[in-house]
Amino acid sequence: MAAETEYEPVIGLEIHVQLKTRTKMFCGCELSFGDPPNTHTCPRCLGLPGTLPVINAQAVHYGIMIGLALGSQIAARSQFHRKNYFYPDLPKGYQISQYDVPLCSGGRLGEVRIHRVHLEEDAAKLVHAGSSGRIHGAERSAVDFNRGGTPLAEIVTEPDLRSAEAAREWLTLLRTTLRAIGVSDVNMEEGSLRCDANVSLRPVGSSELGTKTELKNMNSFRFLAQGIRAEVERQTELLRSGRPVQQETLHFDPASGSLTPLRSKEEAHDYRYFPEPDLVPLEATAEMIDAARAQLPELPSARAERFAGALGLPAERARELAFRPELGDFFEVALAADAGAEPAALANWMQTLVERLGDGADPASSLVTPQAFASLVAMVSEKAISRDAGREVIELLVAEGGDPGTIVEREGLGAISADDDSLSAVVAAALAADPAAAEQVRSGNMKAMGPLVGYVMRETKGRADGGEINRLIREQLGL
Amino acid sequence: MSSDLLQLSAAQAAAAIRAGEIDATELFAFYRARAAADQLNAFTWVAEAAATAAPAGAPLAGVPVAVKDLFCTEGVPSQSGSRILEGYRPPYTATVVRRLAAAGAPLLGKTNQDEFAMGSSNENSAYGPVLNPWDRTRVPGGSSGGSAAAVAAGLAPWALGTDTGGSIRQPAAFSGIVGLKPTYGACSRYGMIAFASSLDQAGPLTRDVTDAALLLRHMVGRDANDSTSLELPEEIRLPRRGELHGVRLGVPEELTGSAGGIDSGVRASFEAALAQAQALGASIETCTLPHAPHALSAYYIIAPAEASANLARFDGVRYGLRVAGDTDLDTMYSRTRAQGFGAEVKRRIMLGTYALSSGYYDAYYGTAQRVRTRISEDFRTAFSAVDFIVTPTAPTTAFELGAKSHDPLAMYLNDFCTVPMSLAGIPAISIPCGLSDGLPVGLQLAGPAFSENALLDVAYAIEQALGFDGRPALSAGGAA
Amino acid sequence: MLERHQVDHVARLARLELSDVEADRMATELSKILDHIEAIRSLDLAGVQPTSHVVDLVNALRADAPHGSLTPEQALAAAPEPTAAGFGVPSPGQGAE
Ligand SMILES: [Zn+2]
Repeated sequence: MAAETEYEPVIGLEIHVQLKTRTKMFCGCELSFGDPPNTHTCPRCLGLPGTLPVINAQAVHYGIMIGLALGSQIAARSQFHRKNYFYPDLPKGYQISQYDVPLCSGGRLGEVRIHRVHLEEDAAKLVHAGSSGRIHGAERSAVDFNRGGTPLAEIVTEPDLRSAEAAREWLTLLRTTLRAIGVSDVNMEEGSLRCDANVSLRPVGSSELGTKTELKNMNSFRFLAQGIRAEVERQTELLRSGRPVQQETLHFDPASGSLTPLRSKEEAHDYRYFPEPDLVPLEATAEMIDAARAQLPELPSARAERFAGALGLPAERARELAFRPELGDFFEVALAADAGAEPAALANWMQTLVERLGDGADPASSLVTPQAFASLVAMVSEKAISRDAGREVIELLVAEGGDPGTIVEREGLGAISADDDSLSAVVAAALAADPAAAEQVRSGNMKAMGPLVGYVMRETKGRADGGEINRLIREQLGL
Repeated sequence: MSSDLLQLSAAQAAAAIRAGEIDATELFAFYRARAAADQLNAFTWVAEAAATAAPAGAPLAGVPVAVKDLFCTEGVPSQSGSRILEGYRPPYTATVVRRLAAAGAPLLGKTNQDEFAMGSSNENSAYGPVLNPWDRTRVPGGSSGGSAAAVAAGLAPWALGTDTGGSIRQPAAFSGIVGLKPTYGACSRYGMIAFASSLDQAGPLTRDVTDAALLLRHMVGRDANDSTSLELPEEIRLPRRGELHGVRLGVPEELTGSAGGIDSGVRASFEAALAQAQALGASIETCTLPHAPHALSAYYIIAPAEASANLARFDGVRYGLRVAGDTDLDTMYSRTRAQGFGAEVKRRIMLGTYALSSGYYDAYYGTAQRVRTRISEDFRTAFSAVDFIVTPTAPTTAFELGAKSHDPLAMYLNDFCTVPMSLAGIPAISIPCGLSDGLPVGLQLAGPAFSENALLDVAYAIEQALGFDGRPALSAGGAA
Repeated sequence: MLERHQVDHVARLARLELSDVEADRMATELSKILDHIEAIRSLDLAGVQPTSHVVDLVNALRADAPHGSLTPEQALAAAPEPTAAGFGVPSPGQGAE
């Protein structure tokens, strides 16, 4: 029997991002989330007869910012098209989108090449309304047009991803980048960030692309990874048993983790695109591009590189801070406080702080000031307090704020230094209390150090430095 | 007094109101009564009273205007001649109608039209055909047939129409009145129920050229609600030219030769009008528009393609007719649209959908767009040698009701002379230039983009020289 | 020439229910129109740019400033099936198909 073929997943993502403008893409209705149905509509976004779209300048501005952040080419002249299909959430019977000339082409984020970025309008929300009493036996739905017409940027990647985990990680980088430039809330649960995946397999070493399927409705990072993993497994099984992969769209069910094909119709993909005659072409002028560029902050990937390069942080730590801009900002202010803390130590202690604050919390809105944090870290680095005491001080800072020096004094958490006779006395007491352990250490079994150090730590309430205790034990045992 | 009011053109009526000779309320009541007694089926709705009094000193002084049904008017039926919009009352008013109201022209009523402006005879209205006041066995032309008939019969002082491939000019010609299609973009399309977005333009239908200029002056201008609208380089002036010295009129052989199927009576009137123009000092020159014979084909791809998308919103979800709402979604869509749309609209939706469908786009839509480019280039070239292009507006006079309604292609050929200007987006006017067997013949004049003032001047000079008499229709009347 | 099956496909795309008789007539009528139109396909249009707008305008942009919105009652005023949740429709994917 021949060895089974090894397959490699080839994954591309299509991401829809709701832009954080005040008003919709083509009308002046305010964007909303969670408001009562149909409270944000007008003749335009209801598709009333005779109405015409007018492009929101801010959406174009955000679109250009995204393009610049992803290193895309901004089209000197782009055009909107009509994408025709019937669905109740589409009031005009067509979606205004971009087709052959998108606003942005090419680019790269991290290891993934960007194919294009274009602007379009979001569909309305179709909610299932159950069986109607009024109309016998029929399942009813209702359309709420509040979301209809929200500006969207659609970002399409090249098929450069090779695993579910890589896809998830890259999407995190994209989200961080979009959040940092401030163009979107990028919240997957609320739908302001939506991600579809194109998945195909090919034999390892082959450069040809296999038949791909499109995965939809993976509305969290976890589901994205789950969905892709399930699809890679499904396709692997198909191919190994000699069956072909069908080109189709699959719907991810978060409850069961399974994928079901969407009903396909024979004309499913005949969108009959043609240039939108109600809109004139979009020319991205040098002024528009400069204005967008001027608003771009340092991008997360650049910041991570700077943290790792100039500040010498481990790559993983650098990304953790850079990919959550609020952490990166806090870290940088603390660093600038010049309290004498090393960048690496500050970065390590940021982790402790984040744990204490809880997931997703912004340290800037806590009681801990970057200055207090920086001086705490400096105290630990200078061995003015022990690491354990440092953790305790952080807890107190989170609870009540204030100055770490004052807290250390008040709580008596200052380190017992080696020159302090009292530490020698405690070490002597430890040796006396556990002569067996002392004997073992003397005869070279360093494992027996544990109970002795533990004794001293207990007696000093953690204020003594571990290295110092170690040194004193050896000294007193004559090693 | 009443018969005196009827004899006044709209501009004369406005002047008389301003001079205190007649009263705006009286004028409104006079036309309201005539519109309400309409025997031509020209109106689909008539106002009880002027919605708002004309602002003091308003240039249009309260002279009411009849408005083609497809202009949305707040709280007033706006059905675009279609069953699918029966009883639909929009929550907003079209920009052009608002501008006219602000200038002192209140809404008199809504006029009948071919369904969604698709037609050249007004027989495609869900609300019945409109009759031609010159001969009630004949069509008034279309699609702005109700507006044309109402003005010709003195049921309205003047009216608004829209022109996509000739829908103002051809009914103006058939009804013996003036119809102007402005440069594309001159009038906002906001609130016009769309047929073909890249071609649709609003324009005046009036008794004479002066009225056309006056009404147009208060319609035009950039509108923030319409991205394709623009400001004209100069204000529309009232025409005053009396001679045509130095004016070169070009007769395109492609539109006036044998291919156009121009009948002999129309040709005779056309040639007589050219002779008059020559007598006024104009030079008549032959010119060429090599791609004009293909304009109709390009038009009957582009317009239906755009229409197929524009009419997709009529789906029984948010407004208008719904059929089979208790079945599945697709059946509801398909039956609503099958019962809501008339035969011609369905035909064009089918044609347009096909032309855009996968595998055919380049062959049809892409080709038509390139022909459109060629046609614009042809006009540019022609206008370097002549100042205006002249043709008969339509190859025939008004035909009998039912004569062409079973032959779509024969009906389309009516637009042979008007469609090229629509594709090029240039202004064109039709003025009555004589009678053939007792029926009016239209003369079409077209100029370069933004040449409205010059075009109106030339049309005015010819109109004055021809002295066309529209009184037979006016006195035969359409009112009971 | 338009075949009957093409007419059926296009009618389905356009969501127009056609009876057998209508569909047959549509095939005949559209074929006749298309025969006339086809002539332009023989033109030499190499290198000609397509025209989608006759006006020479670009960037008709709007400031990101909100205008008022309709009330739900106004929005639903002309709806065939107004409900508290919005515009009522048969659920997609339900029923006959
Ligand atoms: Zn809106």
